[in-house]
Amino acid sequence: MDTSRFQRVSDTEWRVKPWGKMRVPAVIFATEDLIRGMDDKVYEQVTNVATLPGIEKASFAMPDAHWGYGFPIGGVAAFDADRGGVISAGGVGFDISCGVRTLLTTLSPGDVEGAQKELADVLYRSVPAGVGSTSAIKLGAKEMDSMLRGGARWAVAEGYGTRSDLERIEEEGAIDGASPQDVSDRAKTRQREAMGTLGSGNHYLEVQRVAEIFDAEIARVFGLSVDGIVVSIHCGSRGLGHQIGTDYLKLMVNEAPRHGIQLPDRELASVPLKSEVGRRYLGAMRAGINCALANRQIVTHFTRRAFASIFGETPLPILYDVSHNTCKEETHRVDGGQKRLFVHRKGATRAFGPGHPELPDSLRAAGQPVLIGGSMGTSSYILAGTEKSMRLAFGSACHGAGRAMSRHEALKRWRGRQVIDDLASRGIVIRSHSSRGVAEEAPGAYKDVAEVVNAADEADLARKVAKLAPLICVKG
Amino acid sequence: MPWEHFPHAADMGVRGIGKTKNEAFEEAAKALVALTTDIGGVSPKEKIAVSLSAPDDEQLLVEWLDALVFEMATRRFVFSRFEVRIEGGKLDGTLWGEPWDESRHSIGVEVKGPTFTELHVGVGGDGLWVAQLIVDV
Repeated sequence: MDTSRFQRVSDTEWRVKPWGKMRVPAVIFATEDLIRGMDDKVYEQVTNVATLPGIEKASFAMPDAHWGYGFPIGGVAAFDADRGGVISAGGVGFDISCGVRTLLTTLSPGDVEGAQKELADVLYRSVPAGVGSTSAIKLGAKEMDSMLRGGARWAVAEGYGTRSDLERIEEEGAIDGASPQDVSDRAKTRQREAMGTLGSGNHYLEVQRVAEIFDAEIARVFGLSVDGIVVSIHCGSRGLGHQIGTDYLKLMVNEAPRHGIQLPDRELASVPLKSEVGRRYLGAMRAGINCALANRQIVTHFTRRAFASIFGETPLPILYDVSHNTCKEETHRVDGGQKRLFVHRKGATRAFGPGHPELPDSLRAAGQPVLIGGSMGTSSYILAGTEKSMRLAFGSACHGAGRAMSRHEALKRWRGRQVIDDLASRGIVIRSHSSRGVAEEAPGAYKDVAEVVNAADEADLARKVAKLAPLICVKG
Repeated sequence: MPWEHFPHAADMGVRGIGKTKNEAFEEAAKALVALTTDIGGVSPKEKIAVSLSAPDDEQLLVEWLDALVFEMATRRFVFSRFEVRIEGGKLDGTLWGEPWDESRHSIGVEVKGPTFTELHVGVGGDGLWVAQLIVDV
């Protein structure tokens, strides 16, 4: 992308002044190299979002921004319902509340290396993954609604995990205001057998070694030290979330013009928060968030059982669970006052700074853990929310590496077997149902996650705490 | 080829090409299934009928591919043959396929749903109908 279209505010902040129908500026946080590497569509999309009614402050894009649907992936935008603010199904994304959860272990690299293939096989058998993955858990209509209201709290009550897990999950495991009655039967049908599954695409379960610590003090609070072993789970709300996304996108496309909302791009379809469809989507989307939280809780339970079958009973407490496709009602400081805003984060992670009242006591002084997944076979990172991130982009940071190349191109360049063999020679064991999926997710198809994380750190969106290197990857 | 995939930064585009609008819709459905498995390996043993409607052709394509994703996900089926009849904003479709069998069917990616990005239904300069959109995978 041509950097001359921006006003350079600092090394990592690039601004577009409002022009045309933009109500607020557009701001991208990235290094010059990252901006140059971004698709022109990111400029188009981040400025389109700035035209939506009721938007506060600016339309933001994170360092990993790329071409999304209406909103850029890596987009953050907050709306004030009292000023005609809108909610957008495309601004949340299809995989509602897709996110990352990291579990701590007491194991050493030696423990894992001694049982690496066996552990990979057990995890592969224990955690359903890939196209159309289903588990033995089948939900009836009543249980479905309880799950959609109760999220991870429901899962814990059903025996998948412990109560202490909940304080390490956003919203303590369940977001209020979910309305299962606003979720279609089609969406519920798609979810009936999908609880506790990873799905396909870029989702994964990884066993990782802490390779480097950048901030010793915060790392200590997070329970991380060099050569510690952790497990990271990346998945979302499966068929239910996808169907809610599709259902409401279709509805909003036809509803938006009735509210006088002119859309520069149909995918940007949005409706006022204070409208019937807006309220229904909010309730359905919150049900989708709870579905994702319950799903990751059950995957956690399967993971714990797999570890116990090899290492005996060993605690795998949750470090934290973040969601990166959401719209959440939060309090933020705007123009010197406090405001309740609906913050869309599409491919962006919440990154609340130290002292935030929504953080659990045990983490409040350090700031919220921000879990950043790399691509398969490359490093992942753990960051922490900063004081300044609250002032920059409503307490938000990047979510991952972001694709550098289309799946189409990746399939032309790589074969799954070759990718698996290359990673094996570097000591990384991959298990996947789909050789084609592995080729599409080849490490070379993604941007360098280190560059994205360094940009987030430099911009002070979040502070780097630890780097994780993969040992085992179960790929969706 | 009457159907093809086209690139998107994070996802995939599906495009059906045909002498008629109906044919272009049928081919677009094949392009979608081909993301999940090799359609050459799917026998059209059982048939399923769907009936849909939408305010315009483009939204009808979204509905049609949404219905296909739903049938694949909930029946755990893959399909290889399609028949579409569009008349006055209504679509009657028939899908032929068989239950998904991991031991026989090659595995690609799971399609989450159709999107409105790059959504287009129309006649090209060569007189052929095109029906296309990006699907989220």
